[in-house]
Amino acid sequence: MFQFFFKLAAAPNFYRFSSKLLPWLAVSTLLVIVVGLYHGLWLAPADYQQGDSYRIMFVHVPAAWMSMFIYIMMAGSAAIALIWRIKLADLFVISSAPIGASFTLLALATGSIWGKPMWGTWWVWDARLTSELILLFIYVGIISLYNAIEDKRSAAKAIGILTLVGLVNIPIIHFSVEWWSTLHQGPTVSKLDAPSIHLSMLIPLLVMAVGFKLFYLTIVLLRMQNHILLQEKNSTWLARKADEL
Amino acid sequence: MSGFFLLLKRDLILANRNRSELFNPLLFFILVSTLFTMGTTASPELLSKISAGIIWVGALLASLLSIDSIFRSDYEDGCLEQWLLSSHSSSVLVLAKIVAHWIITGLPVIIITPLLALMLHLPTESLTTLMLTLLLGTPVLSLIGSIGVALTLGLRKGGMLLPLLILPFYVPVLIFANNAVQVSASGLDASAQITMLAAILVLAITLTPITVVACLKLSVE
Repeated sequence: MFQFFFKLAAAPNFYRFSSKLLPWLAVSTLLVIVVGLYHGLWLAPADYQQGDSYRIMFVHVPAAWMSMFIYIMMAGSAAIALIWRIKLADLFVISSAPIGASFTLLALATGSIWGKPMWGTWWVWDARLTSELILLFIYVGIISLYNAIEDKRSAAKAIGILTLVGLVNIPIIHFSVEWWSTLHQGPTVSKLDAPSIHLSMLIPLLVMAVGFKLFYLTIVLLRMQNHILLQEKNSTWLARKADEL
Repeated sequence: MSGFFLLLKRDLILANRNRSELFNPLLFFILVSTLFTMGTTASPELLSKISAGIIWVGALLASLLSIDSIFRSDYEDGCLEQWLLSSHSSSVLVLAKIVAHWIITGLPVIIITPLLALMLHLPTESLTTLMLTLLLGTPVLSLIGSIGVALTLGLRKGGMLLPLLILPFYVPVLIFANNAVQVSASGLDASAQITMLAAILVLAITLTPITVVACLKLSVE
């Protein structure tokens, strides 16, 4: 098992493995998201209070989940990179950051569009909106720190540390922001024993969440391949690969 | 521990020799607070509501601007490298630098606050709370700020990057401090917020020096 991971951590092996994996991932991403959207936008019943406008939830909620999920993945990967000095883990962190920032922006934008008809305003300084906005700032900070440091290997290490600093701070920021009065509706899915969301809406929501995760995996592999190509452009295995083509 | 006090003493002597370093953040703090009143209508009712926020944002910006130079001169003349190589614990030395920075820039801000509070019509009953939050909160600002400085140390275009990196992490301190002042202004007990600030300070003192050392080692590599 460990042997397998160590072999995979070498750039040429990872490149080959991910190239094989990518077509499957891309096709399944497309399939799952199409199924999820069909169920969410056509099959699920209209909400008795919010009418059809609640359907933006099938994009908004999974995007908000992804914004935090990607950060946790990045932090885990940054820890692995710091402890075991695996270069691939560094690449995973920097490849994930722009995707996480995009999902955070998507969650904020769809939330704003949803908020206009429901709350009557585009933006409120509500707890979850504010902490999502700060999460976006942290993502942007990570990306700009990486771009500012010229030596890319120490840049990767630096953003690894910054990601871990953020991991300690994000819960504190979240709870501090919750001291304000909260307009956002409470979580409706995580109450596993009796979710206050109907099954016909929950299933498309979960399908969309899986679809977004597959999408993330596809894009992150593509971005990691790009980083490998950039970093190893003078290596022999890439020259051999180019000759084959 | 002797390394800690030696370095602290050295930094304080250096600051004393170079007085402008002492007074610039303080002047900046007073100027920012004054500009805020001119940016709004300076009516006493409005000011009494937002004065704590003005003072806190002023203190935060003063800390942010002054922290940029905390490791700069030691990095440029090579002292920093020698400290990291020395037999003293690097995190203790880093903590001494941060404590010195707080004494030089944070403490004067706290001392001048009652005067500014008077000018900004802060409700008198919440002045003690404001002072207490500043006393607990400004060291956290110095601690978190030093992480950002250590990360951007070797960079030529680090100037605008530093605020972007560390301002998001200042949010909890600002919220708890302001909440404490608001609560105490309405006559309620603010000990919950004060305790949270103290907890954040303890957490920051524990974790920050280790993180800063890791960042500094990257920067001097």
